[in-house]
Amino acid sequence: MNAVTNPDALKADDGNNVVSRFAVPAIRCAGCISKIERGLAGEQDIFSARVNFSTKQVAVSHEPGLREDAIKNKIEKLGFDAQILADNPLAEEKGGTDRLIRALAVAGFGMMNIMLLSVSVWSGAMGPTRDLFHWISALIAIPVILYSGRPFFSSAFMALRYGRTNMDVPITIGIILATGLSVFETMTGGAHAYFESVVMLIFFLLAGRVLDGMMRDRAREGISALLKQTAPGAMVLNDDGTTSWIASKALRPDMRMMVAAGDNLAADGVIEQGASNFDFALMTGESEPQHKAAGDLVLAGTMNLTAPVTVRITAAGADTSLSDIARLMDEAGQQRSFYVRVADKAARYYAPAVHSLALLAFVFWMLAGVGWHQSLLIAVAVLIITCPCALGLAVPAAQVVASGALLRKGVMIKDGSALERLAEADRVLFDKTGTLTLGRPVPLNLHHFAPPQKQIALALAQASNHPVSKGIRNALLADDVTPAILDAIEEVPGEGMSASWDGLHVGLGKPVKRQDHLSCQLTIGAQHHAIELQDDIRPGAVEAIDRLHQMGLPATIISGDNAPSVAKIARAVGLTAQTGASPQDKLQLISKLTASGHKILMVGDGLNDGPALAAAHVSIAPGSASDVGQQAADAVFTSDSFLPVALAVQTARRTMHIVRQNFALAIGYNILAVPLALTGMVTPLIAAIAMSLSSLIVVGNALRLNGAAK
Amino acid sequence: MSGLAILIPVALLMGLAGLVFFFWAMRNGQFDDLDGAAQRVLIDDEAIDDEKE
Repeated sequence: MNAVTNPDALKADDGNNVVSRFAVPAIRCAGCISKIERGLAGEQDIFSARVNFSTKQVAVSHEPGLREDAIKNKIEKLGFDAQILADNPLAEEKGGTDRLIRALAVAGFGMMNIMLLSVSVWSGAMGPTRDLFHWISALIAIPVILYSGRPFFSSAFMALRYGRTNMDVPITIGIILATGLSVFETMTGGAHAYFESVVMLIFFLLAGRVLDGMMRDRAREGISALLKQTAPGAMVLNDDGTTSWIASKALRPDMRMMVAAGDNLAADGVIEQGASNFDFALMTGESEPQHKAAGDLVLAGTMNLTAPVTVRITAAGADTSLSDIARLMDEAGQQRSFYVRVADKAARYYAPAVHSLALLAFVFWMLAGVGWHQSLLIAVAVLIITCPCALGLAVPAAQVVASGALLRKGVMIKDGSALERLAEADRVLFDKTGTLTLGRPVPLNLHHFAPPQKQIALALAQASNHPVSKGIRNALLADDVTPAILDAIEEVPGEGMSASWDGLHVGLGKPVKRQDHLSCQLTIGAQHHAIELQDDIRPGAVEAIDRLHQMGLPATIISGDNAPSVAKIARAVGLTAQTGASPQDKLQLISKLTASGHKILMVGDGLNDGPALAAAHVSIAPGSASDVGQQAADAVFTSDSFLPVALAVQTARRTMHIVRQNFALAIGYNILAVPLALTGMVTPLIAAIAMSLSSLIVVGNALRLNGAAK
Repeated sequence: MSGLAILIPVALLMGLAGLVFFFWAMRNGQFDDLDGAAQRVLIDDEAIDDEKE
């Protein structure tokens, strides 16, 4: 009705349009949706635009000739910051959840229909009616089991092939045995068929898998919306003087890129023409810009701040320094893949126990002389009644509820194993810049300035993209200062801003690094005023560190910054610190602590923290972190406040507490139910009731985590 | 008893129809933007009229 297009229109229908996707984190209301969709749909060359409110993304269908960055500009003109989304590197497992949901739907369909028939059998259908109902049940159940059971079968098969077992092995054995026996019962006109129990078991376990998958997808989507895409491509200067737009992966060494102020570099290179300041925060994590002139090396992923430059590419694609660090991270992350999730750990003890119990029951009843048929019935009843619902359903349910509670507090947990590892951490390492601090300079002494001085400072600062200017501008705008009216505003590369005000020369000089803070000079005529800026500590940092300490997690700072800067922050939050650490130093410290038996929680943001984030037992990155940091971390928090770090650990521990409770509930239920099964008193009716009841109890217990993140 | 011959196929067909409808909805992207649908209700319709002009 009020949608500008329907979703179908975005699927290339005439082959003549291209769909580009953009992350627009600022979409918060219905007004934003209509503004973006109508604003874009009115443009030439754009066929349609569709906002996805849940993922904060816009899909734009446009002429192939229209460039992505042109559309990005259009969205920004509408008043929204936008990022071009390349093929999402985190999305490789997407689609797995869709398959699970389909399997769940089929299992649900089968479960309901078979239950319909089973209820009539249980309420007394006899003779041919019962046989007919069993046959119909079998006809529904067998295709449903084959389709919906596949995720378990394939996982169990993979595990067995490599000589390991996981919780899918007992599930698969149980399903196959119970189905086989039920088919036999049906063919011989027996009284008990367990089709509904088998399908119900699959349904409950799939529900657990789906919850687990949805939790992962939700965090992945949230994080990909935050990813600041490192230049999707560059304007390349051809030999004949023309320019053309070339995508990142098609860039080759010796091409010359023209990089405008405010653009990210798409490849490593040497400056040929011009000089400018570059924001190396992505590489070093430090916010202070570095000046680079002709002949200097600049790296992919850094941002050109002040003046346009021409860069001759020396390395592109997989050869850039950015990719080198990514490889270091891959290696560091290897050991994490050996982590065994709690449900699989439990399955190691649970499966052999249950299987030997069933086997013992079979042997006992054989010896007791009831015949192999009756003995097998009892053994299968034991297998079904001990269904590992607590392992398969309760653990993901608890983790999904907890991660949902954390999401509302601005923490995105990538998967359930991250929550488990978070609960185990016993030491914390913090990076400084951008992690304990906000990672952007905030002016300290502006309240000493007279109103006209503030107005001039604002007018100068808002004409520049430099992080220091942004800091001054934000502080002054928050103070309700209106900018002065200046003439001839000019940004002198490497020098700062200059302009004239009523004939008087005014200027904002480039920042100079003092021992632990930045200082930049505001010039009005002959007067000079120093504006002191400092990268401020995140709100809630002290409280968060205090809470972590109370939970038994001592913390240390490890930073690549110099000693005086770090010392100031360390004193303020009351921690010891190691300074001047390179990415390798951080990695080494973590390996050393890990080797001495500690489980490290690493909190960091920069690319230089990437390897450390990947190597630590578990890691958290702020939403302002570099892409690399966010992808390496297990969790991302989006707020300015530091408190979510403590909240995440606290919630993770409560989650594991609930998980252990669920295990206890499951074991308690087994202690009650298994003797019944062993003595041969369990009918399909009792099995079905017991199974759904135990599942509901553990899920209900998991729901208590809803308010856990406080 | 003869009613069963009709009732059971009817029940199965209705269940299957629901399943097929769910599959169609998933493939069609109906579940892609659950929060968006709640917001879109609030968009005024008059701007649509502007576009039609």
